[in-house]
Formats: sequence, C-alpha cells, structure tokens
Amino acid sequence: MEKTISFKLNGRDVSITRNPLSRLLDVLRDDFGMHGVKEGCSEGECGACSILLNGRMVTPCLIPLGAADGQEIMTVEGISATPEGDCVVQAFADGGAVQCGFCIPGMVVAAYSLLKKNPDPTDEDIRLGISGNLCRCTGYDLIVESIKLAARRGRDLWKK
Amino acid sequence: MTTDDISKSVRRIDAVSKSNGSIKYMCDYELPDYLWARLVRSSIPRGTIREIHLPDLPEGYRFVSARDIPAGGQNQLSMIANDWRCFADGDVRYVGETIGILCGPDKTVLEDLYEKIKIDYEEAECAVTIDEGLACKGGAFVNGDNIHCRLKLEKGENVDDVFARADKVVEETVETGYQEHVYLETNAAACKKIGSKYQFLASCQCPFYIRKSVAPILGIKPEDIVVQQTTTGGAFGGKEHFPDVLCGPLLLAAYVTGRGVKIVFDREEDIEFSVKRHPSKVVFKTALDRNGDILAMDSKVYYNVGAYLASSFVVLQRGCFHVAGCYEFPSFRTEGFGVATNTFPSCAFRGFGAPQTLFAVETHMCHIAEMYGRDPLELKSKYFIKQGGVTSTNGRVVERVMIPEMLEQVLVASDYCRKAREYKPGSGRGIGISFYNHGGAFTGNGESAIIKARFRLKKYKDGHVELFCGQTEMGQGFHTILPKIAAHVLEIPREMVIFDDPNTDRVPDSGPTAASRSTMIVGYLCEKAAKLAKERYKTEDEFEIETQYEHPEGYPWDQSSFQGYAYIGYGWGVCAVEVEVDPCTGEVTTLGVWSSHDCGRLIDELIVHGQTNGGIMQGLGWASTEVLDNVKGHFKQTSISDYIIPTSMDYPKQECFYVDNPYQWGPSGAKGMGELVFNGSAAAYIDALSRAIGKRISSIPCPTERVMDLMLHGEGLDSALNAAH
Ligand code: FES
Ligand code: FES
Repeated sequence: MEKTISFKLNGRDVSITRNPLSRLLDVLRDDFGMHGVKEGCSEGECGACSILLNGRMVTPCLIPLGAADGQEIMTVEGISATPEGDCVVQAFADGGAVQCGFCIPGMVVAAYSLLKKNPDPTDEDIRLGISGNLCRCTGYDLIVESIKLAARRGRDLWKK
Repeated sequence: MTTDDISKSVRRIDAVSKSNGSIKYMCDYELPDYLWARLVRSSIPRGTIREIHLPDLPEGYRFVSARDIPAGGQNQLSMIANDWRCFADGDVRYVGETIGILCGPDKTVLEDLYEKIKIDYEEAECAVTIDEGLACKGGAFVNGDNIHCRLKLEKGENVDDVFARADKVVEETVETGYQEHVYLETNAAACKKIGSKYQFLASCQCPFYIRKSVAPILGIKPEDIVVQQTTTGGAFGGKEHFPDVLCGPLLLAAYVTGRGVKIVFDREEDIEFSVKRHPSKVVFKTALDRNGDILAMDSKVYYNVGAYLASSFVVLQRGCFHVAGCYEFPSFRTEGFGVATNTFPSCAFRGFGAPQTLFAVETHMCHIAEMYGRDPLELKSKYFIKQGGVTSTNGRVVERVMIPEMLEQVLVASDYCRKAREYKPGSGRGIGISFYNHGGAFTGNGESAIIKARFRLKKYKDGHVELFCGQTEMGQGFHTILPKIAAHVLEIPREMVIFDDPNTDRVPDSGPTAASRSTMIVGYLCEKAAKLAKERYKTEDEFEIETQYEHPEGYPWDQSSFQGYAYIGYGWGVCAVEVEVDPCTGEVTTLGVWSSHDCGRLIDELIVHGQTNGGIMQGLGWASTEVLDNVKGHFKQTSISDYIIPTSMDYPKQECFYVDNPYQWGPSGAKGMGELVFNGSAAAYIDALSRAIGKRISSIPCPTERVMDLMLHGEGLDSALNAAH
C-alpha cells in the first residue's frame, strides 16, 4: 500500500514513497528533518505543529501524507527564510515573545499567515489569529505585541 | 553591547533559534542506534501483581523490571525522600506506577507488543481523596495512619486561650484541585553507556537531581553518570523530580541491553502519568472580635501527597510557611499533614505549596469581611506585615515591605475603590483583589546546609568568559540573564560571555533550577565571581574563579523545629481582577487584570514582564477552567481538549507594575520572581467572581458549570460562616 507522494516543500519539489495514511507530521519531521514542526498534542488542539498547506494554516498531526500529494507545503523553516518570515522572527526576538519556545514555531507560522492576509491587524484580529496555538509560558501578551511589531516594521513587506 | 542598566531588556540568546525552529529539543535528536522504550504501568490504584503475561518478544526486544536490578543496586528513586520505587514489585500503589520498561528497535512493533502485555492483579480498595486517605480507606498503607509527614507552627498567645474569650470563632474549609503543568514539550530522555559512564540526555530542570536519584539503582556513584540537559520546552516544576521516574528505568534498560535507550512521552501519556500540583484542603478556625477583626487564626493544612512522599514534605512546609499570607495576626497556629492516597504522587509545580495556602487565606479573609459587610481590602489592610514583623516561624521580615506602594499602583490603574463600591454583590460584575508573597530560595538554612551551591567562571585567552553552573533554561530566561549579570559587572559585551546547557561532568553543582533561586542565589554567585574577576580580566590571559554560597550572618534557622528566618528575601505581589458574568449561562468574561510585584530590582524588564504575564495566566487557569478529576485513581482528563488551559482569547491584556526594592544579597538587587507571579491571581479572580454572583466560593477550580450551580444554589456572601465547635 505504499505510494509515491510528491509535493512542494518550502519551495522545493520533493517526493517520498510511503503509506499515504502515515501522519504528515511524522513524514515532515522524520523523513525531511523539519524539526521545527513540533508535536505538542497529536490531536489538532495545540497548534505547535502548524504548517501552511497551499497557504492555509493546518495541523499535520491530523493530516495523512496522501493529502499533500501535488500540494504546496511551507514549514517554519521555509517561512523564516523569507523576508516576511524573518520579519516575524526578529519581531518575536525583540518583543519578548519567546520563553520555552516549544509553541513558538507554530506561533510564527500563525503570525505569518495572519499578516499575509491582514497586514494591519487589530489586537482582536491577532488574538483570534493565534487562538488555535496554545502557549503555556507567556500569557500571550508579548506574542500579541510582537506580532504588532512585525506588522509595523514590515509594513511594505506585508502589503506586497 | 554592554549592559549598563541591568533592567534594560536585551534580546534573549535563544529567541531566534526558537522562533525559526532550528533549536533542538529532546524529541529532535535522531539517535538512530538507540532502542525505543515504553514504560509498562499499573492500571489499578492498589493491589498485588499476580502475574505479568508477556507476549513472545522478538529478538532485540526486552522487558526490564525490578528483577533485573543487579546485586548491590536498590529499587528506589532517591529524591528528597527515598520512598518512591523505581519499579513496583509485588504490589502497586497508584495507577501509572512503573512496573517495567519495554524496549526494542522498532517503534511500531514496540507499540504492538506493549498492547499485548497483560497483567493480573488482585485489586484492593483504594483511597483517592484527602478525606479517604485520612480515613485510611482500604487500610492505611503509610505509617499506620496514612500521614506521610506533618508539622506544626505557633506564634503569639496560645490560640485556644484567645478562642475562649473571642466574640466569635468561625470555621471554614477552603479547597484547591489538581493542576497539570502542560509544559508544551512532553517528557523525554535517553540513556546510553559511553565509555565507563552512563550518559543521559534529558528534558529537565535539575540534571544533578537525576544523577543522584538513579545511581543507587545500579549501585554506582552519581559521578558514574553524566546528565546533559537538552533545550527544555517548559517545566514549571513538572520536570524537577519527575524526569527521575523515566530516567531510572532507562538506566536499568541501558545496563541490561547494553544499548542506548530513549523515551518520548506522547501528550496523553504525559497528562495521565505524571506528577501534578497537590490538591489541598485548609480548615481555618478564626477568632473574631465584635467588629469582625481577627484575634487569632488556626489552620489545618492537608495536602494530597499521593502514594509516595518524594519531595512533598518540603512542599507542605512551604505551604504552612505561607498560610499567614502577607499578614501578621496577633496569634497564629497551623498544622500541616501530607496525606497518603493511591494516586500519582504529587510534586513540584510553580509556587511549590505556597499557592494553595495563599489562595486559602485570601479567600477566608474575604469571607470574614463580607460576613460583616466590610470590603475585603479594608479588612486585609489592617494586618499587612511590615519590615521587622514577626513571621509564622517567629523570624522577622528583613526587607522593606512595599505593599502600600504596590497597592496604590493597582488601585489607581484598576479603579478598584469606585468599582468595589458601585458593583453590588450579585450584579453580574465584580472586582477582586489579592495580596501574596513568595519566600525566595530554599527554606531556612537549606541553601547553606543542603545545597551548598558552587559556581565557576573562566576567562579564556581570546577574552571570552564562560560561566559554569547547573542552572537550566526552561523558558524563564536564565540563560540570557546570567551572561547579562556577568557582562554587566565585567563591562564587556554580553556576546563575550558563554553559557551552555549544563552537563554534569562540566559544571559544578549549583543546586536545582527551582524555588525561584536561580537569579537570587546563583545569579549572586555569578556577580560575586565577576567582581573578583574584574581586575584580573584586564591583566591575565586565562584564569578560573569559583564562588560558593555563604548564608548571611544573623538570620538563624532551626530545621528541626521550623523556627527562625524561613526566608531572608520575599517577593511580594498585589493583583486585581475584574469580571463580568452572563446571568443566563454563567459564562465569565475577565475585563481586566492588574498587578504589581516587588522582585527587588528588575533583572530584565521584558523577561520579568513575560514571567508575570505567564504566571498570572496559569493562576487564572487553575482557578477557573483547569478541571482535573481523579476517579478511582485514574485522571479523567487526559488530553489538551479535555484539560482546558487558557488561550489567547480568554483574558485581556494585563497591566503590570513593579516597585524598585533592591535586595541586598541579589545580583544588582534582584530577587526571585518566577513563582511569586503565580501565587495571587486565583484569589483575586475568585474574589471578583464571588462578588459578581453574590455567592461565596470556597474551592477551585470554578468552571462555568459550577458558576451556574453557585448562582442557583450557592450561599450568599453575607451569610454567616459556621461557628466553630
Ligand atoms: S501537535 Fe498538532 S495541533 Fe498539537
Ligand atoms: S513559549 Fe513555552 S509554550 Fe509558548
């Protein structure tokens, strides 16, 4: 029941032969070494594993590999290598968003995804945008502030 | 950049690598030649093991248990007490007790074999709650009375004499529930014999604890074990002693198989089978005069310790030392009891026993005030302890207590006085306020008698300085703070200071990363070393300096009677919370959260701010949605979808204030603060909520369903507390 699945990973064409029912999360982590994709709950609740599938934020702990066939995937590794993603990373670093860090790659993906759609979000928009990402350390306030900082700093980037 | 103003924020050294996903946590190490392992655990709370039926194990798979412990080894985890067994042997005492460890090369095969293990038990009746433990349900299994540990403290005139002449003596019981840590990174560790030593990789707070705890299993010396901490994705006390419970079996498995062995918990396993915050029950008996002023306060503090004592006596002590809150009562007595039950042993969780009793005393004070139609703030204000005030252990408060200044900041920002007046009880809106403290570092002479922290600084030829100590980074920012302290003294750029995740073979034992002691104690040792190094830095190429903890003179402590200066520096806090309650659904909306803290001088504004936000929010979760039930020894909530922690939508942006109150024995005047910021928000939230619904609330958590129930059936705020008998 193995099948060859091809997709775009962080802008690169890749393919792998596997049971298409394998969890996409395991394939990204174990086969492609995308360790920034974190497993926090395995049930779609914590958002630590967040990635972009065709630009939409999804949780690969709940997605079978087969669903990626022919699609485009961006992980935090790919996102943080873009100017927009780097803008989020730098804002997180300057804004005090990071503590233990385990939720943070997922938060970066959420922030990037939000700012791509809405370059000028309100506090409410931001809180909603990261509401699927649990953080046990920060109480969220400085993450929200950091996303605001990324919006301000990256004004032109996001509006592109 | 040199850091001239210590409070000015710097970029955390781990911020970028954590944001772009490049930093490695334990689960990110590939370790391809290691075996996977899974702990085989008891599925009943109490009974005897009749037989373990193992499936046929293919070549390369192994089941390791107590029987495999070599001669000279001991079946125990040496925590603070040594009673927690590495493996259940003969009998089991709680659900989840480790019986064996199954290991093998393929994770899927391992899982399959694991499912096929069947264990026959002879089940016995179990005790789960504090009351059942005290009643010795099923027969006592610890000390003949199920009391693991106890202590008693008294101060001032004998409380019984005061009770005899008081206008009124009231009684009230305040209870708190379990709390799960939910560090986002689950527990994980690996062990392999490399050369002559067993080498651990572990997500943990205290690498030296692991060494000491597991070495006796093989009858080897702690020095025969090396523990390398890996980047730790949150801990909050949940990785203080608990990693020992994984590492003990891993060590034996590595010994038996001669292979590397690794474990990564999944979330369900981590919630179901890990330590929790102690559930508590505090029974107050308080003597009042005609106006409702407090003449004496007596309390009995019960903590649900679970099946093994481990670190719980120290937790109970801290609980009892904090049950007088920020107050000085004319007469005071407390007795603490650590109760044995057939539940997963309770252990450290941010606050280490203090949050339970602080919640209890704050709530009890509110209820006394309300019974007399007084504002809780007015009653509480009468008893604030001051510098020189006598503490519950008959020591004195050494530092200036800035509660009045902190209160002022919170009152102004929250508009408490107007709101407290205008929001009538039961009106659907309420504001509440709480006061709290946290004794910094180990109790009494613990730092000098037990921990004896050592610290090393080394200067290299190229000008770099390296710091050596066992303190771990678990999110709190210590790996940024410590180099900052050294750079500040040496007046060199922070980038010139190296500080790696600790490896027990490379660093001196500076004590655990716990008890809010890292900045206050080890940070101070670092500052001292840097001061000694300053002159030599310019003239000498390469040198090392060691510093060692010295207890300030004149603050005696007697650990046998718990008398004297329990803490020489406290953190202090004031928190106000405002809520609105939907009268139809009982749903609570938090409208505002204001706090002020005294943690000496801020060691880094942004890091302190982040700790405050996170600590306050964990406290709010504990008070409201974080329901964790234990039914017949099994935790009922076993996933993040059942156990509800706060999301970004649940609470508004916090307003945080600080006072500057430099501490004489802290680096640049800083004190501990990681636990302090957890200690007060629950009481403020419950005060606000009870005013909003006009009903007394004496236990947490209080989720929506309970709010609804209280609105319909609860006791009014002004109703009299029970008279004591
Ligand atoms: S691991 Fe995928 S959402 Fe938590
Ligand atoms: S930073 Fe630790 S969980 Fe978010």
